[in-house]
Amino acid sequence: MQEKELIPYLYRTEFRKITAVLCRSLGIEHISIAEDLVGDTFLLAAETWGLKGIPQNPAAWLYTVAKNKAKDLLKRNALFSQKISPQIQYSTEDKHEIEIDLSAKNIQDSQLQMMFAICYPGIPPEAQIGLSLRILCSFSIDEIADAFLTNKEAINKRLYRAKEKLKQDNVRIELPSESEIDKRIENVLTTLYLLFNEGYYSSNNNAVLRKDLCLEAMRLTHMLTENETTNKPAVNALLALMCFHSSRFEARIDSNGELILYEDQDTSLWNRELIIQGERYLNKASTGNYLSKYHWEAAIAYWHTTTNNEEQKWEKILSLYNQLLMTEYSPIAALNRTYALSKVYGNEEAIIEAEKLKLDNNHLYHCLLGELYSDADLQKAIEHLHQALKLSRVAADKKVIKNKISKLGKLKNV
Amino acid sequence: MKEFAMIYHSEPMGEIKLTPEGNLVVSKEWENWMGGIAAQNKLVSPGMRLGNEGRTIKPGNVITNGPYAEVKEIVGGLSIFRAESIEDALELANNCPILNVGGNVEIRDIIQMNG
Repeated sequence: MQEKELIPYLYRTEFRKITAVLCRSLGIEHISIAEDLVGDTFLLAAETWGLKGIPQNPAAWLYTVAKNKAKDLLKRNALFSQKISPQIQYSTEDKHEIEIDLSAKNIQDSQLQMMFAICYPGIPPEAQIGLSLRILCSFSIDEIADAFLTNKEAINKRLYRAKEKLKQDNVRIELPSESEIDKRIENVLTTLYLLFNEGYYSSNNNAVLRKDLCLEAMRLTHMLTENETTNKPAVNALLALMCFHSSRFEARIDSNGELILYEDQDTSLWNRELIIQGERYLNKASTGNYLSKYHWEAAIAYWHTTTNNEEQKWEKILSLYNQLLMTEYSPIAALNRTYALSKVYGNEEAIIEAEKLKLDNNHLYHCLLGELYSDADLQKAIEHLHQALKLSRVAADKKVIKNKISKLGKLKNV
Repeated sequence: MKEFAMIYHSEPMGEIKLTPEGNLVVSKEWENWMGGIAAQNKLVSPGMRLGNEGRTIKPGNVITNGPYAEVKEIVGGLSIFRAESIEDALELANNCPILNVGGNVEIRDIIQMNG
């Protein structure tokens, strides 16, 4: 690999590892310092390697430089503290002796611990996702701004506030105790789920970036399955869900980057390997006696990957949506349930159920009604689709709706 | 929104089927009906099915067998829904599968107890 490609590659894979270890050594109040230290390390790499060539083991070079920078800082801090506040001399002397441990095991542990620290319900979900992308996924501020369709300043502000809050609340960088893990891991899973959805359903037109977000969410979830403490059934269920969804990556976007609806996809493009992986994680999730919402969603996603028995498939999906909704209501589950109901009992029955949902401000509600009415009442179907178009804020969705309107319009004029 | 109890009355239905894990086997009709309520975000709790074992205790330690010693109709279970009004709740109960087998649904508003 050339230096030009090597540094961005190493940035993606190593920034997060070194930053997590440094955060853990320096404490939650110094996340920004850790980021800067690692950032400086990469700048120095770019300068030095450009002049002297790439070292034999580039990652080790980065670790050594980052480690020395951190130690220098701690030494300077220790001197500073000794002059300013002799009463904490002892603790700073301890700090002075801190070993910055960049072994594979400590890297893994530090990343897991940072995951729990960042997925802290005291900061808003977008900030948890943003910080996760920065600290756990090595995204640059620009990339995060792209992902959220906003600017650098907004992201910097958001992350700054989040870090201040973590500091204020003295959030600890550690794995929760055995008795707390189930509750705490829920926050982590929610953030990973949102991160994945940000990629899978986001408004962003950049298909590469979107796929990256999904893959990062999967990598982090996978990391949780590798540690005995965090390898919980719900984690495996979430990972199964992600595998099943991402098996359709290639099939759901056409060569122009436009969305292809599930019904219209070329099923031969579905990734069998990811489906099999998903099945494996779903089996692993089937232990214990607690069913998380990820279990239901993973089972629903599993049935979506099957093609051999349409009738059974939609009956199962309907039944699973019923059970998911009884556990936890969400508008999207309510709409999807009604779609499944139409597949089993027909559009007429589904329209009656759909109109009870009262989700008039939701563009997907009107999309659904547009779909359900398109057999019996074209005029009504088109009206709903126009309503959907008005409410939709995502370019890719708008395009799908427009296509549908023009298709129905042609039928109407026949 | 207020909360209402849906109390399902019917003739005793005989043996109650359980899955190997000990969960109640719910018929497709019941599941779809309950799922439809949940899809409207009006399900507070699917509640519980009452079993067939029962005793009634009366003053003076008089104990009778079964929940249905003197009446043919028993309470088979109950759920809790959320609705704007009792009329709205009535609307929700309208398609309850128990109505197809000669049963009925009693709808009662719920008053929370403190402590």
